[in-house]
Amino acid sequence: MGAPLIEMEHVSFRYEQTKALEDITLTVRKGDFLAILGPNGSGKSTLLKILLGLIKPTTGTVRLFGKDIRHFRERERIGYVSQKANSFNSGFPATVEEVVKGGLAKKTGLFRRFPESAEEDVTRALKAVGMETSRKRLVGELSGGQQQRVFIARALVSRPEVLILDEPTVGVDKQNVQSFYDMLDRLNKEQEITLILVTHDAEMVSDRISHVACLNRTMHFHGFKNEMERMSAEQLEAWYGHSVRKVHHAGAVR
Amino acid sequence: MIEAILTYDFLQNAFAAGLIIGVIAPLLGVFIVVRRLSLIADALSHVTLAGIAGSLFLSQSVAALAALNPLYLGIAASVAGSVMIERLRRLYKHYEELAIPIILSAGIGFGAIFISLAQGFQTDLFGYLFGSVSAVSRQDLWIVTAIAGVVVLFILLFYKELFVLSFDEEFAKASGLPSRWIHFLFMIVTALVIAGSMRIVGILLVSSLMTLPVAAAMRISGSFKGTILWSVLFGEFSVLAGLVMAFYFNLAPGGTIVVTSIVVLLLVIAFSKSVRTKTNEVVT
Ligand SMILES: Nc1ncnc2c1ncn2[C@@H]1O[C@H](COP(=O)(O)OP(=O)(O)O)[C@@H](O)[C@H]1O
Ligand SMILES: [Mg+2]
Repeated sequence: MGAPLIEMEHVSFRYEQTKALEDITLTVRKGDFLAILGPNGSGKSTLLKILLGLIKPTTGTVRLFGKDIRHFRERERIGYVSQKANSFNSGFPATVEEVVKGGLAKKTGLFRRFPESAEEDVTRALKAVGMETSRKRLVGELSGGQQQRVFIARALVSRPEVLILDEPTVGVDKQNVQSFYDMLDRLNKEQEITLILVTHDAEMVSDRISHVACLNRTMHFHGFKNEMERMSAEQLEAWYGHSVRKVHHAGAVR
Repeated sequence: MIEAILTYDFLQNAFAAGLIIGVIAPLLGVFIVVRRLSLIADALSHVTLAGIAGSLFLSQSVAALAALNPLYLGIAASVAGSVMIERLRRLYKHYEELAIPIILSAGIGFGAIFISLAQGFQTDLFGYLFGSVSAVSRQDLWIVTAIAGVVVLFILLFYKELFVLSFDEEFAKASGLPSRWIHFLFMIVTALVIAGSMRIVGILLVSSLMTLPVAAAMRISGSFKGTILWSVLFGEFSVLAGLVMAFYFNLAPGGTIVVTSIVVLLLVIAFSKSVRTKTNEVVT
C-alpha cells in the first residue's frame, strides 16, 4: 500500500445556510485512482475545494502529504482541473503554450521569470495529453475536449504527485470521453500520478479506477471499488435516491 | 509639428505625457478587458473628478493650499475609490457589479458639489472632462512619469501571476498564488493610471483609451503577449495622431484620440473579417 497523501478526518463544512458535508473521513494513498460519485449538490466540489485549500473546513482535520493543511505550502504537488464552464472565459486571447506555462507560476516563485526549462516542461505536459501540435493555437479556438486536455497539461506541467479533476468530461463529446479516460489511465499507471476524479461517467471509468467514494453530504461508502458490490439496495438508495440501479459491475451506477 | 514641439514647452509636456500614457493605459487595459473590469475603470475616473474638483475648491478656500496640484487629490480619490469598490464587492458577494454604480454616482455627486462650490472652475472643467493640449504642466509630466514607472514595474514583477489570475481566478487560488494581494495591487495601479491619463484624454474618455486599443488588438492577435503589443501600438498611434489633430484644429484631445481609436478599431475589424473570409475560402 502506498503512503497516505491525503487524509481527511471527521470533516464537516457548511455554507451560510447549507450543510454541504458532514463527518467525512477519507484517505487517498499514493497511486490510487479514486472516483468520487454522488448526485448533484452532494458536496463533491465542496470536498475538492477543501482539499485544495480554497475553503476551510468548519470542523475536522485535513492532512496533505502528512502535513496539516494549514501549514501546507507546496501547492505545486497537487494539480487541479476545475469544472471548465465555471472559471474559463473562452474569448481569452492566449495560446495553449501561454496557458500551460501558467501552471508553473507558483513553482517559479514571485518576482521571477519562467526558467529556461519551462519550454521543455510545457512540451512534456502537452505530449502527455496529446496536444503538442496545438501549442501555438488560441485556447478559445479549440473544442471542449481539447480545452480540457490543455487544462490537464497546465495541471501536469509542475509535475504534481496528485491530480484532482472536477467533472472534467462535461461538455466533451461521447467518443472523446473514452480516449480522455485512456489518457488519465496512462497518467495513473505510467507516471504513477495519484488521481481523484469527480464524475458522472461511473460506467466508463469503472474498469480504470481503484477506489470509490460515494458521497451525499455524508460518506455512504469509501473503499476499493470491488467492495462496493457489498452495498445493499437500501444503502444504495439512501445514497443516491430512487433512480439508482445496482448493476453487477461495481461502480456502474446511474 | 516637430518645430512647434521644440518651440513650445507646453507641447513638449503634452506630447511626452501622451507618449507615456499611450503605453501604460492600453498595457494595463489588456488585463482590465480580459478580466471584464472595464466599468470599474469608468467608475474610478469619475471618482478622480471628485478629487480634482475638491482640490480646486480647497485651493480657493485655504490660502496655504493655493498652489496644490489637483492631480494629487485626484490620485488619492481614485485610489480610495478602488479600495472602496473592493470592499463593496465583498459586501455584495452575489451582486458584485453593484459596487460600480455606487462608486460612480458617489464620484459624480461629490464632483458636482465641489464644481459648483469652486468658482471659476467651470473654465478648467472642459479640460478636465475632455483633456487638454495646453494644460499639462512640467509637474504633471513628472507625476505621469512616476506613475508609468510604478505600472511598468508592477507588470514586470507580477506578469505571470497577473496572467494566471486573469485567465482563471480559481486555478490561481488553488495553485496557492497570493491572488488577493495581487488583485488589490492591480486595483491601485489601475487607479493611478486613470488619474495620470486624465490630464491628456479627460475623465470621460480615460476608460476608452484602456479598452478600445485592446478591443482592436484582440481581433488580430494570436497570443496574449501579442495582444499586449498590438494594444500598446494602437494606443500609442491614437494618442499621437489625436494630439496632432487636437493641436492643429484646436480640438479637445480626448475627442480626437478616442475618435482615432475608434477608426483604428473599425479598420481592424474590417481587415480581420476580410482575412478570415479569405482563409475560409482557401480551406473550403
Ligand atoms: N458558494 C456556495 N454558497 C452557498 N452554498 C453552496 C455554495 N456552493 C455550493 N453550495 C451548496 O452546497 C451543496 C454542495 O454543493 P457542491 O459541492 O457544489 O455539490 P456537487 O459538486 O456534488 O454538485 C449544494 O447544496 C450547494 O447548493
Ligand atoms: Mg460540482
